[in-house]
Parts: sequence; structure tokens; C-alpha cells
Amino acid sequence: MSTTPPDDRRYSREHEWVQVDGSVAVIGITSFATDELGDIVYIELPEIGARLAQFASFGVVESVKAVSDLFAPVSGDVAEVNGDLRTSPELLNTDPFGTGWIAKVTLADPAEMDKLLDAAGYAELTAG
Amino acid sequence: MTEAPATLRHTPLHASHLALSARMVPYAGYEMPVQYTSILDEHRTVRGAVGVFDLSHMGELHLSGPEALAFARYAVVSDPGLLEPGQAQYSMLCAPDGGIIDDVIVYRVDDGYLMVCNAANHDAVLAQLESLSAHGDFDVHLADRSDETALIAPQGPRAAELLGRLTDLDLSELGNYRSVPGRVAGTECLVARTGYTGEDGFELFCAARRAQRLWDALISTGADLGLRPCGLGSRDTLRLEAGMPLYGNELDRSVNPYEANLGRVVKLEKGEFVGRAALAAVQQTGPRRRLVGLMMRDEAIARHGYPVLVDGAESGVVTSGTLSPTLGERIAMAYLPAADAAVGAEVEVVVRDRPHPAEQVKLPFYRRPKPDPA
Repeated sequence: MSTTPPDDRRYSREHEWVQVDGSVAVIGITSFATDELGDIVYIELPEIGARLAQFASFGVVESVKAVSDLFAPVSGDVAEVNGDLRTSPELLNTDPFGTGWIAKVTLADPAEMDKLLDAAGYAELTAG
Repeated sequence: MTEAPATLRHTPLHASHLALSARMVPYAGYEMPVQYTSILDEHRTVRGAVGVFDLSHMGELHLSGPEALAFARYAVVSDPGLLEPGQAQYSMLCAPDGGIIDDVIVYRVDDGYLMVCNAANHDAVLAQLESLSAHGDFDVHLADRSDETALIAPQGPRAAELLGRLTDLDLSELGNYRSVPGRVAGTECLVARTGYTGEDGFELFCAARRAQRLWDALISTGADLGLRPCGLGSRDTLRLEAGMPLYGNELDRSVNPYEANLGRVVKLEKGEFVGRAALAAVQQTGPRRRLVGLMMRDEAIARHGYPVLVDGAESGVVTSGTLSPTLGERIAMAYLPAADAAVGAEVEVVVRDRPHPAEQVKLPFYRRPKPDPA
């Protein structure tokens, strides 16, 4: 699978991505992460209204072989979650940067984006 | 990514695994493929067609000499004296306190007994056997053939069809837990009808230097049967569905065979053997805990090490758990106090600090369909 990260968003070192549109930030996990995890069979989504703190755990993703925490790339309140992942968690494997998005949050502090990597920086992090 | 330590060993098929873009992980001192494409794909391949595993990391210890049988009977808890030529049995080496050092398969072969052990326990098994042969005054020759032996395992309902294309052996004559020497794809092998997947299948022991040729022949010959190379990931989900214990999960030095539901393997009546007194005592009193099967009642997946609650109190622990690819159910094995082990009884598994309901069920979770008599 291609692990080229799209350059329209930012990345955490824990392999989450965030794409900001105004005050709304869409978050998800990268293809590098889902490729590492293998077949994803379950995701524990955050609750709407929950307050996420940057780099703190906000959910869990389970593959056939392992359990992995999800870490929030930015702080904010959860406005929407991707309910499709409840019935089709495999979207995280097949389309992690698109239909496999996890949640939308109201961005609490836009300056937090500066603590994240750009696509080139993330590509370098995950190279080799 | 973490760099694999330089000391990891390679099987003779390592280059093939890399060429197939397998995800390689450290396992028992070896760098081994955990998956080639996807654990689910590989799992379904073994249930529905045929998958082939590289198990060359496993240990092969050969016993020969006038007292090979007496020695084997003393070393393991089963009775290799019951083996007919060509037959194999599942067994265990136990310590004097009854704790399991390893689970093994003992094959009666032409020139003695072949004991196949887990790679992670190879050194412990070898040390135990060497110590017994040194102190027990047995006229036995113990040969460690692990490095010179490769092990390739085609497993699945079409494994016999695959192998039939590559050998003159009459496989219909080769029963379960039987082995026979023969040529497969021109390679001298010990062809055994054994495995660890819950499916029909074979384990092919051959010289390490011949492994590549055998592997390539299996892969190319099996293409139209739906064959895929399979890694340790699907091996784990397959054996768990089949209710088979894994050393390090269900079995270890703190567990005795009766606790692991393997009391049927122990032959107390055969006479003295390592661990006999301790095991006889357990057999008398009954084990204090038992391995049980669990089926989760909600979406939670139990994993190794998660606590199990009985009547709200922590009393057991999960040894293995996953979402069963074949059943679509969340399955697990766990140790519970013997008094609490009962098929149909409700328990809870603590998943990420929250109790989730589960029911005790009969093992195995999956049993392969009987072959069509037609």
C-alpha cells in the first residue's frame, strides 16, 4: 500500500492526521498506521461533545492481532464521529485519508497545529 | 520503525519472505513473517483452500539408540510406547513440579523418535533432554537437527490435492497424526499429516538446503488452488479458533497439563517419568484452575492478560482472544478457578477498565466440517 501522505493536512508522530477547514478539524489515522496494524476489526469512537486534549488518548482501534490507542492530534470538542466505522471498520484500512476519517472536532487552539509535522516531515518520519 | 536486532536468525526461506513483501517480526530469536498480505485473507485461505507456512524455526530433536524409547517415555508425559511405526502423538515435557516446559509432537520414525518443539523453547527442551540423558544413564543418542531441518506446512481443505500433484505417495493411506518418508517435488521429506490450524494439512520436514525448491514448487503448483503463503498472524487466529493452546499464552512453566485441559495426554500408568508425582497429585485432587473458552456477548475483544470477573470479583485471566474470522464472534480462552469453570456460565472480561459480558463455551470454537463421503 502506498504510504505517501497527502500534503493538505498535518501529522502527529503517533500517526494521526488532521485537516482543518475554518474552525473544524477532521482527524484520522494514516495509511502507515493502518498498514502496520493490519486488518482493523473494531474502533472505539469518542462521544460527541467529548473534549479531546492534544496528544492524549481518545479512543482505541483493534486489529485482528493487536490493540492500539488513538491519540488526538489537536485539542477540541467532538462535533461529529464517523458512524460508518462501526459497521465497516475496514474503511480505516482501505481509505484512511478519506472515507475512513474518524472524528470532526471544533479546534480549540489553532497554534497547536505548529506542533505537528507537514507531509514531507511525516514522510521522512515513516521512511524505511 | 524499529530496526531488527542483528542477532535475529533467518530460516532458509527468508529471501522468499522478503521477495513476497512479508511483514517480518522478531519471533523466538528468528525474523519471521507475520503476514504477507492480510491476516484475514490468509486465515480464510487456510479455512477455504490451502495456505503454506514456513515453520523452519521450530526445533527438531532426534532420539535414537537402544534405549531411545525408554528415554522418551521418561522425558515426556505421554507414552511414546503406544506409537506404531509412522504414528505421532501430541505431548509435553514437564518439570518435576508438573509445570510445562514445552508442548511437543513426538513422531515415531524409522530410526527412532523425532521430537518437534517450539522455537522459543528449543534451548530449554534440549537442556532438559541433555540433563536427563546424562543423569539417567540411558543408552540414547540425542541429535539436535533444528538447524539442518526446514519445516514447511501446507494446511487447508485443498492441501491433499496440492500435495498429490507433487508426490507419488498415496496420501489417502496417510492418516491423521501419521507420517511417512517420501519425495515431494523431488525433495526427500518426512511427510506428516499434522498441523496447528484445525484443518487437514501436512508438515513437510526436509533438509534446509532443499527448502527453497520445495517452497517454490508448492507455491507455483498451488496457484490455481487458491494457495497463499501464510504468516504467524493467521497461524495464531487459526489455532485459537481450533482451541489449540499456544506456549506463552495458554501454556507455561506455571501451568500443569490438567489445568490446560490436556490431562488426557498424561499417562500416569506408564511408570516413572519426569513430573509424575506432582501430576499424580493434581490428578487426585483435581486442578485448581481450568482453561475455558469464552464468547463475548458485546463488541469488546478480549486479549491476553485481561482480567476475568466471576460474580463481579476478579478471579481469572484471558490467555488469548481475537475476533474470530471464521465465526465472526469475539472468542477467547481464559484460566478460571476450577469451581467457576462451567460451560454456559456467565462471566465478565475487563476490557479497558470496563467489564463486558461473556459466556463460557465448549472448546474448540471451530471444528472443520467432516469430508463429504461422496
